[in-house]
Amino acid sequence: MESLYRGHILDHYRCPRNQGTLEDADISCEQDNPVCGDVVRLDVRLEGGRVSEARFSGRGCVISMASASMLTEEILGKTVEELKALQDEDVFRMLGITLGPVRARCGLLPLRVLQCGLARLEET
Amino acid sequence: MTTRTTLDPVTLRADFPILAREVHGRTLAYLDNAASTQKPRVVIEALGGFYRAHYANIHRGVHTLSEEATSAYEEARDEIAAFVNAPDRRGVIFTRNTTEAINLVAYTWGRANVGPGDRIVVTEMEHHSNLVPWQLLAREVGAELAYVSVTDEGCLDLESLDYLLQGPVKLVAFTHVSNVLGTVNPAREIIARSHAADARVLVDAAQSVPHLPVDIEALDCDFLAFSGHKMCGPTGVGVLYGRPELLEEMPPFLSGGGMIRRVGRAEASWDDLPWKFEAGTPAIAEAVGLSAAVDYLSGVGVEAVWAHEQELAAYALERLKEVPGVHAIGPLAGGRCGIVAFTVESIHPHDLAQVLDGEGVAIRAGFHCAQPLHERLGLAATARASFYLYNTRQEVDRLVEGIQKAQDWF
Repeated sequence: MESLYRGHILDHYRCPRNQGTLEDADISCEQDNPVCGDVVRLDVRLEGGRVSEARFSGRGCVISMASASMLTEEILGKTVEELKALQDEDVFRMLGITLGPVRARCGLLPLRVLQCGLARLEET
Repeated sequence: MTTRTTLDPVTLRADFPILAREVHGRTLAYLDNAASTQKPRVVIEALGGFYRAHYANIHRGVHTLSEEATSAYEEARDEIAAFVNAPDRRGVIFTRNTTEAINLVAYTWGRANVGPGDRIVVTEMEHHSNLVPWQLLAREVGAELAYVSVTDEGCLDLESLDYLLQGPVKLVAFTHVSNVLGTVNPAREIIARSHAADARVLVDAAQSVPHLPVDIEALDCDFLAFSGHKMCGPTGVGVLYGRPELLEEMPPFLSGGGMIRRVGRAEASWDDLPWKFEAGTPAIAEAVGLSAAVDYLSGVGVEAVWAHEQELAAYALERLKEVPGVHAIGPLAGGRCGIVAFTVESIHPHDLAQVLDGEGVAIRAGFHCAQPLHERLGLAATARASFYLYNTRQEVDRLVEGIQKAQDWF
């Protein structure tokens, strides 16, 4: 229990960074986690090919919200190629915990939303 | 890990508790493995152990048992994917069995992609499970169902495939190994030719995955189906492999819990692959049991199973040839699995099977769910002995003795 709700995870949940939405974002996507109904939306603005601003919104458990909050910080300054290279392991490293298969879907939801947004970016 | 190429059936028999039992006072000689195989202790223990220590429903619970059960179920998927070298775990869908897997494709991909005037190609040696779903589809959408011919020797006539592929073919569905003839079809060749004609390909691998190394990536098929119970695993669990890009486009098959992303009052959206096609609580313990079976088979070595069966089939064909009035069907030279169907003059297969049962020898009699094949070969019904890793030459001898006893009797 303690390990799952480590200080920095609770901190991100209680004081989320970069919460909100962006008008005219370059990357924008929203997805649900069917396991528990969590919803995460991510808006990302690019400047000079790098992430200049990122916002998240939605509702969900501590793990999914903290993961979203951390991700908005993690991706700042990254290029699109660097965003595409993000792996599940990067999220677990960010969270600093290992998750079982059920909770992993909570923790990975924000990354999945980003990946969905990146796929759309490619289509346009 | 080195690939084992030989096995000792006498040693392996000890792994299968049921093989120690007697039937009508004789040690069981189980020669009905094409219908279903017996289970090694490790599979029985995996089922019991899972229920005793880790069981709960999967994917939704946050509690420890649910996490453990989910891990075990998803790890089973990975283990089975590796066993058949599936290129992507998202394409590995747990079904009830091969039949359900093929129906899944027929009802979803089939209804969405096959239309009036289109052609569906099957072969004359299909099991009913890879035939009736396509009959229903063809009738429903007004498509044509066409058959690749079987030669008198019991092989597919690839020239007739080429001829059929010249038409508007949407799908070629064929069995990798015939459950009656034991014929191993040239799957890669058939798949390559079908793809060249822009058709999708489904492989019924129910009789191949348990008996010979199957590499889905190398086969390059679009769909492939097999059953757990024919490969030392539990009943109630089978696998459909589908190319993820096709599965993404397909509508769901069964719907309800477990396969949704979001449900509104009027509509719903679907979960990611593979869960999109796994509605309702799946066969959790059985999937774990199948993973134990795959582990067991890998330990024995599928190459070794294949070699052992070829040797037994060759021995059985040789022994059967010695008995007047016995006619084996299917290819008489190499390249066949451990399945030997035969007829005995003036004895109906059911009567033969009854006499053999009295001797403790279990075989199958009838059409073996392949009625069109029997019609093609001009046979009413056949008797079938089918082998697996635990069968011995001595059991083949008992089969032959039993046949001779039946001949004396009638």
